[in-house]
Amino acid sequence: MEDLGHVDPAAIPILADELNLSKADVHGVVTFYHDFRQSAPGRTTVRICRAEACQSVGAAGLVEQAKNRLGVGLGETTPDGSVTLEQVFCLGNCAIGPSVQVGDRLYGRVGPQELDRLLEVTA
Amino acid sequence: MTEVTVYVPRDSAARSVGADQVAERIAAAAGPRARVVRNGSRGLLWLEPLVEVETPAGRVAYGPVTPDDVEDLLDAGLLDGAGHRLCLGPTEEIAWLRDQTRVTFARVGVIDPLSPDDYTAHGGLAGLRRALSLAPEQVVAEVTDSGLRGRGGAGFPAGIKWKTVLGAESDLKFVCCNADEGDSGTFADRMLMEGDPFTLIEGMAIAAWATGASEGYIYIRSEYPDAVATMRAAIDAAYARGWLGKRVLDQDFTFDLFVRVGGGAYICGEETSMLESLEGKRGTVRAKPPIPALEGLFGRPTVVNNVLTLGSVPMIMADGAEAFAGLGVGRSRGTQVFQLGGNIARGGIVETAFGITLGELVEGYGGGTRSGRPVRAVQVGGPLGAYLPTSRFDLPMDYEAFAAAGAMVGHGGVVVFDDTVDMAGQARFAMEFCAAESCGKCTPCRIGAVRGVEVIDRIVAGENRSANLKVLNDLCHLMTEGSLCAMGGLTPMPVRSALTHFPGDFGATSEEERR
Ligand SMILES: Cc1cc2nc3c(=O)[nH]c(=O)nc-3n(C[C@H](O)[C@H](O)[C@H](O)COP(=O)(O)O)c2cc1C
Ligand code: SF4
Ligand code: FES
Repeated sequence: MEDLGHVDPAAIPILADELNLSKADVHGVVTFYHDFRQSAPGRTTVRICRAEACQSVGAAGLVEQAKNRLGVGLGETTPDGSVTLEQVFCLGNCAIGPSVQVGDRLYGRVGPQELDRLLEVTA
Repeated sequence: MTEVTVYVPRDSAARSVGADQVAERIAAAAGPRARVVRNGSRGLLWLEPLVEVETPAGRVAYGPVTPDDVEDLLDAGLLDGAGHRLCLGPTEEIAWLRDQTRVTFARVGVIDPLSPDDYTAHGGLAGLRRALSLAPEQVVAEVTDSGLRGRGGAGFPAGIKWKTVLGAESDLKFVCCNADEGDSGTFADRMLMEGDPFTLIEGMAIAAWATGASEGYIYIRSEYPDAVATMRAAIDAAYARGWLGKRVLDQDFTFDLFVRVGGGAYICGEETSMLESLEGKRGTVRAKPPIPALEGLFGRPTVVNNVLTLGSVPMIMADGAEAFAGLGVGRSRGTQVFQLGGNIARGGIVETAFGITLGELVEGYGGGTRSGRPVRAVQVGGPLGAYLPTSRFDLPMDYEAFAAAGAMVGHGGVVVFDDTVDMAGQARFAMEFCAAESCGKCTPCRIGAVRGVEVIDRIVAGENRSANLKVLNDLCHLMTEGSLCAMGGLTPMPVRSALTHFPGDFGATSEEERR
């Protein structure tokens, strides 16, 4: 999963067999956690924090901006497979938000221009 | 030419605003004249990246430093601690920091987080050494006497929990650290793990000794890759020094410690859900009893404590229960690591004794909003915590006082909003969040939250207002009464507090407001 970035539904019976669990058990785990995706993510995942502290400094605007610029909704991947846009509830950077995570990398005080720059680099 | 030590934080908040580039520029431009140490953050987050220079008179701070400032700073005599428009003076004398009482965070920002020598030079291991010289019962008694209560939210006395685990018969017991830190507006767990990881390791080893446990797990949320990496590196270093593993500190005591990474689900911060997740299952909440202290991980007696709870234990054991219990008010003893966030001018870590008022935190330390507009609402205690108006700024930060006000201290997060906030929108978000993160076990939580969003939308749209307000009220009641855990049980807290304190935002008529 860490290598592929997703669990293909077709792999669930195989995983279940390997781990000696029922298909329902594996399906249950895969669908419960937000981090387990069932389709391949884009080459870069951009997560915008939508929790309270970031809301108070303009997170909602950033979400709209990212959707418009990428032409996708939250949880979706751009058609060329470059970027997956996601929401996240708190990145632990609440004093200097709005916060955005690109891959494993955290960014703080992200204004509209900074977001444009981040999205440009990932495109 | 002597080499000068320059500190540039490796904390992910500091890195999020350019600390890596600043460190690189300093190293490149100063060359052999400087030794760059990547410390934790001092917690003055609005000043990050905050650079410190070691001088004969102590450490001198500069901030916020951008990569482009570096050349100018070096020219002005950064390495001698010289004056500059970004100079903040001696770090320890910055009033914001000086006026705090740093206990749990005493070493954060001071030391190199991954240097075991730095750790012991700053008092590290004194707590564990003392604990190992005492019987487990004595350690439990000391933690009980300190009055330490769980910092994860519920405030349950740590000593009582430990006593239950100590008294449970089993050949295998566990210590699990809850580092899921899912509450929005909180980041102290992360900063302790990134800034002083050995403190958490030491605290867990003490807990293991005190309760007869031999294995420990730290459950860290996946949103914190830096904390995961730092904890793993610190655990490796601790094994290499004989602080973990067989014969800890050459005593007849074995303790093995592992890191596990969460899967991006808020509910996994609830302790029984976390245990399910640690066992590799869906993070569904378990009904209690049995309590985890008796039947926890894999059915064995298990201590589950928050990072800050376990991180406070080394200091308590080193300095004695009385030193800790001497701080605070009422039944809230010791210090709390408050986290100021949101729309705030001076956000960051304020560790201080319980009893400070909300207003002193928000206006005093925080300096009001970052936008410069008036403060309108403050949410304390995470996404399940109440929204409070400025008229409640007199409230002391104390578990009981907050409970009496229909609010909660929780994990100590304080999130500030200015006068542009729409409180009906915030109430709606609380329901939306609950709907997204519910584990699905109980109907009031799983379905109620979805209904809550719809009802708030109707109220705001002015459809059958009074009938729908009643529906919302009934729904809140049902969720409070009929939920297995605090996810569904406390979601009504932000909703109701928003309604109570800010009725006008829900399109209320003036007549309704008076009621
Ligand atoms: C929905 C929910 C989320 C929680 N999230 C966390 C969390 O992220 N971190 C934490 O330490 N405790 C969290 N808790 C509290 C834990 O259930 C538990 O009380 C705590 O880990 C016990 O440790 P303490 O006594 O040291 O606070 C949460 C509780 C609930 C109901
Ligand atoms: S209240 Fe919600 S999160 Fe908690 S056990 Fe019930 S369904 Fe799960
Ligand atoms: S609320 Fe956005 S980082 Fe915490």
